[in-house]
Amino acid sequence: MRHETIEKSLHLMMVLIVVAISIGGLVEIIPLMMSSDATEPAENIAPYAPLRLAGRDVYVREGCYNCHSQMIRPFRSETERYGPYTTAGETVYDRPFQFGSKRTGPDLARVGARYSDDWHRLHLMNPRDLVPESNMPGYPWLAEAQVDGELITKKMRTLKFLGDPYTDEQIAGAAAAVEGRSEMDALIAYLQELGTNRRNRR
Amino acid sequence: MPAFWHWFVAAGTILFVVWCVWLIRWAGRQGPQNVADDQVVGHVWDGDLEEWNNPAPRWWLYLYFITILWAVGYMIAYPGLGTFDGVLGWSQHGQYEEEMQTAENKYTPIYERYAAMGFAELQSEPDAMRLGASLYASYCTTCHGSGARGAPGYPNLTDNDWLWGNSEAAITTSIRNGRMGVMPVLAPALGGDAGIDNMVAYVKSLSGLAEADANAMSAQPMFVALCSACHTAEGTGNPALGAPNLTDDTWLYGGSDEAIRTTITQGRNGVMPAHGELLGDDRSKILAAYIASLSQQ
Repeated sequence: MRHETIEKSLHLMMVLIVVAISIGGLVEIIPLMMSSDATEPAENIAPYAPLRLAGRDVYVREGCYNCHSQMIRPFRSETERYGPYTTAGETVYDRPFQFGSKRTGPDLARVGARYSDDWHRLHLMNPRDLVPESNMPGYPWLAEAQVDGELITKKMRTLKFLGDPYTDEQIAGAAAAVEGRSEMDALIAYLQELGTNRRNRR
Repeated sequence: MPAFWHWFVAAGTILFVVWCVWLIRWAGRQGPQNVADDQVVGHVWDGDLEEWNNPAPRWWLYLYFITILWAVGYMIAYPGLGTFDGVLGWSQHGQYEEEMQTAENKYTPIYERYAAMGFAELQSEPDAMRLGASLYASYCTTCHGSGARGAPGYPNLTDNDWLWGNSEAAITTSIRNGRMGVMPVLAPALGGDAGIDNMVAYVKSLSGLAEADANAMSAQPMFVALCSACHTAEGTGNPALGAPNLTDDTWLYGGSDEAIRTTITQGRNGVMPAHGELLGDDRSKILAAYIASLSQQ
């Protein structure tokens, strides 16, 4: 086969390009999917409780990942500020993971319990009330919006189907668990548990 | 990593490199010696623009071979082939541990020296105060502000007015263990709007913000009954409970009628999160000394 043949046949070239770029994925991604380090939950990591799950969806919907990473890298400069570096087993129930790739704001992988619930509430309503220099937008509408219990139940059922070990009792109790809670409550519940699986935060 | 996947990764990587070598040799068969100088591929644009079948420059080809050599050297030196550790023994985890160990060797003597000092001595050490300032910037600014002047609900640290006391032990404990300042919901005990209005007026009169008229004074017995357990009968507060002094002009949640009314009717839950785990004892102390210094300037 001559170079010219490949160059002039669109379909053959497409197939060969796919083969060439697949090799990296085959070698780098598939073995990880088979590795228990990356697929087994770390200690104290459990599937998201209903309210936290709702909060996580708010986090994704509002695009928090555009400015906040959830990935503490293994450098002293990061672990001094944020806590122990992130491990794969801590994100097994994240679909998709919220590693992010840009830090306009700080990393949030271990923000849980760093501030009070009231702090988060004030800060989400208008960040400048607490941090005058902040350029984070306010999210006041979250306090008005209610979490939909039926939707959360469906989501948990889907996640169970995908392999997350929710029990039937947890799914049956999901709607009651989010009853009357705002999206603000849900987001704060989500944030307040981030990274708290590690008791020793240093 | 199971043995199969080790071999899968190693074989996949090596075969890919070998394939790259083969590819460039195969594509290079049409080397300069095989291409006539005047060979055109047959594309013509604008009537006279033709594409010539010239070989890629030699230097470009050499770059390609250099990257292949680099890959081979890299895979021998560093981990990449499955579970093979590489002859240099480098690992991400090892590099991190080394970095932490270097820092510990460097900083432990410094922290040990500071740990033996009292606040006054620490405050006279410019380096200790610089350390305190950077710890403050990392851990405290989000609530207390970059100027340490606080925000509604988050105390000003520069005014020498202390909710929980300003002894070395008190400030260090606030940082290490955190604090919970709970103002209970008292509206039900005050007998409706008039009672609440009177109590707001009485609280304001304590610090001279409002005149102690008959309405305000009518709330005094209720203040003694309900509020004195934490704020004392005179309203001077109790640092053991973090109960604010109501007779001064510092207002944690604001001193307007509306803010005081909200505090009384809805309660307040002030939380200073515990930082002992994050900072450790030595850093907590340096930070406490720095914070104590802020109100002395």
